[in-house]
Amino acid sequence: MTEPQRDIRQAVRRRLARRHRAERRFQAYGVAALAAAGLFLVLLLGSIAIQSAPAITQHKLTLPVEITAELADPRGDLSEASLRRGSYNTLIQNALREQFPTVAERAELRELFGLYSGVNAARLLNRVASAPELVGGRVEFTFPISDDADLYLKGVTVRERIQPGLAPIAISAEDTDRWRLVSDTPVFAEILVETRQALSVEAAGLERRRDDAVERAEAARDEDARRAASATAERLDAQLQRLRIQAQPDQALQLGPTTKSVLVQVGDGVYRLTGIGADGASASAQRLIGEVSAGAVSDWRLWTVLTPPTARLISDRQIAWARALSDRGLVENGFNTILFTRADSREPELAGVLGAIIGSVLTMVITMLLAVPVGVGTAIYLEEYAPKNRLTDLIEVNINNLAAVPSIVFGLLGLAVFINLFGMPRSAPLTGGMVLALMTLPTVIISSRAALRAVPPSIREAALGVGASHTQAVFHHVLPMAMPGILTGSIIGLAQALGETAPLLMIGMVAFIADAPALGFGGFTDAATVMPVQIFLWSSGAERAFEARTAAAILVLLAMMLSFNAVAIYLRRRFERRW
Amino acid sequence: MVDTLETQHAEKTVYHPVSQDGAIKVATRAVNVLYGDKHAIIDVTADIPDRAVTSLIGPSGCGKSTYLRCINRMNDTIDTARVAGSVTIDGEEVNDRSVDPVLLRARVGMVFQKPNPFPKSIYENVAYGPRIHGLAATPDELDEIVRTSLEKAGLWDEVADRLAQPGTSLSGGQQQRLTIARAIAVNPEVILMDEPCSALDPIATARIEELIDELRENYAIIMVTHSMAQAARVSQMTAFFHLGKLVEYGPTEEIFTNPRDQRTQDYITGRFG
Repeated sequence: MTEPQRDIRQAVRRRLARRHRAERRFQAYGVAALAAAGLFLVLLLGSIAIQSAPAITQHKLTLPVEITAELADPRGDLSEASLRRGSYNTLIQNALREQFPTVAERAELRELFGLYSGVNAARLLNRVASAPELVGGRVEFTFPISDDADLYLKGVTVRERIQPGLAPIAISAEDTDRWRLVSDTPVFAEILVETRQALSVEAAGLERRRDDAVERAEAARDEDARRAASATAERLDAQLQRLRIQAQPDQALQLGPTTKSVLVQVGDGVYRLTGIGADGASASAQRLIGEVSAGAVSDWRLWTVLTPPTARLISDRQIAWARALSDRGLVENGFNTILFTRADSREPELAGVLGAIIGSVLTMVITMLLAVPVGVGTAIYLEEYAPKNRLTDLIEVNINNLAAVPSIVFGLLGLAVFINLFGMPRSAPLTGGMVLALMTLPTVIISSRAALRAVPPSIREAALGVGASHTQAVFHHVLPMAMPGILTGSIIGLAQALGETAPLLMIGMVAFIADAPALGFGGFTDAATVMPVQIFLWSSGAERAFEARTAAAILVLLAMMLSFNAVAIYLRRRFERRW
Repeated sequence: MVDTLETQHAEKTVYHPVSQDGAIKVATRAVNVLYGDKHAIIDVTADIPDRAVTSLIGPSGCGKSTYLRCINRMNDTIDTARVAGSVTIDGEEVNDRSVDPVLLRARVGMVFQKPNPFPKSIYENVAYGPRIHGLAATPDELDEIVRTSLEKAGLWDEVADRLAQPGTSLSGGQQQRLTIARAIAVNPEVILMDEPCSALDPIATARIEELIDELRENYAIIMVTHSMAQAARVSQMTAFFHLGKLVEYGPTEEIFTNPRDQRTQDYITGRFG
């Protein structure tokens, strides 16, 4: 080996190590990026799936409902018109009162009827109207329990603890609605300690806030601010004093709406403690539900609802009723079919995505029928026929620009042109589909042109060589070969349209639509909503139960997207030709 | 522009006496092709005999393929290409406006450098041309055309039992014979071949050369080749192109044994190219 050769080898070797390192580093970046992407995907899907869990099942109440003639059939002739004037909600109310005969007060009744939505009466009416012979008899009517009771029974919104009573207690009436529970052992001592601890934590917080207010008052420059701050300080101080008295170990404890609810269940009856004696062995209570049961009982349960009443939407009494109905076997937790068989509703327990699914399907049909033929046709013309000149260059640049236009702009265009100028129906799949078709067109054109350009020129030459005309060469040979690419591009465009919300905001597809549009020609002009808009609407719903339904709807939308892509893959395989 | 160019390139092509036994099939007079600003071929004038193989040889980029594409007007498919001069087949002007290139290409078949069967079945590959031209009235007739075309291309025995398989599943040499069958299925008068063997191994090349020799009996074949040995083996006439000009043209024997132009001499002896 000559000297220069050795030098070159050494130089190469030195660089070689660096080159290998660079390669390994690049691969490591790739693996890390993939891992991060995979992790986030799992996190995303996992969190959506977990959040949607409460919406997958639903508690349904089955009550024997007496269809009394005077309420169900006011005219007494069993005619459809007469039946439709009946008060079916009253029938359900009566059935519920039958379960809890002691409930008499108006306010209490309202609470009881809050366990379900009056909308369910329509279903009972339809059932009786289709079978008038039911009038005068009893029917088993199953309907979803209210969303708050449903979430309570699932243990989502309310934390509670049920323990057996430690020692017998004696229950005696103090006056009409005040009861006294006394035991010879301190059965409530644990609650007393717990609550006092919570109170002192709260007191510490209050103290800090009061001290802050005092400081602010001292530091204040002008009179108004000083006065406001010292007023706050005084108010907080008063609260603090009250809390401190409560928290003192030798004092009786008052239980209120901001503390946890302590219930005592004796047979059918449930009492709520309003105060606990300093000894922990006696308490004063209100009767929430059930029969009066004075005397000594040994079989009772201490039922602590840890979430205070102000932090939940279901009252102590409703909790007691829901639990009682559940204990009687009248409540069953089953698959939430309503979510898939109904359109939107104000009541979360009656809300479903079917209307939005149909709306999405109808909208996509319009989008597909417009965007794919027009887009592919445009691509074929531009790629195969159009002369290359300034005008076609300008058109090409503008198509590329259109693909980057924010989608809401297409919504504005739809509003101005389709609705205001052409007078097309608002909120309709037809109009929505047309707007989304405009949005999808550039994607379809660009991807179709790329697919056409990717067809090897030898195929064109072969066809022209045997005497095919230009159009024959394009339609017999080039287009079939470009088909997989065109389909992939079109389906990506359509999938994008399926997930689009913004342009539909503009043309009024963001509306509360309680009826699913008809699956047919009429459906195209019915008011409708689509899946992403439904998700958007539910995500801003005030009720807690919409949270889970939002996640469930997202899963449904993802499933729609996945099936869309599965169709794309299938079609691509089908049309793919080896070359 | 073409007129001025004509005067610029005053030097004339060397013609050997064309053998008198073949009638003239294709005649080109002062053919010029411009790709944009690039003058690809300059004033090419030649008479190409019927029922013979004419080889076009020359270094890369000398314009042989461009000249070939003038004969079936494939240059029309290139936007920037402009063609001037006269090309006649049996005395009919090819570049005339009244001539439909589709009809022309049915009369002038073409085989390309890279085997390019359609991604369809073997049968469909051959049947496509006759079908679009309506050459077969019944399916049986079409079957017959496919069969005879494959037989003429020497492929029938190899594919008779798998006509439904894709043409792309064949080997390179078989694919090229398939494209030849496809070209002769429309019963052309002239077959243009653009380096038909350059993508093939020697055995497949030999097979194609045999085939070309057989086809010579019925067609005028014009073939571009990079292999001088092939030109010497297969063709009766040879044309040497250099820098867009037809330098020398005549019977193959004379071109290879007794070239009159120094450039031809240098090329065939391997001094450049």
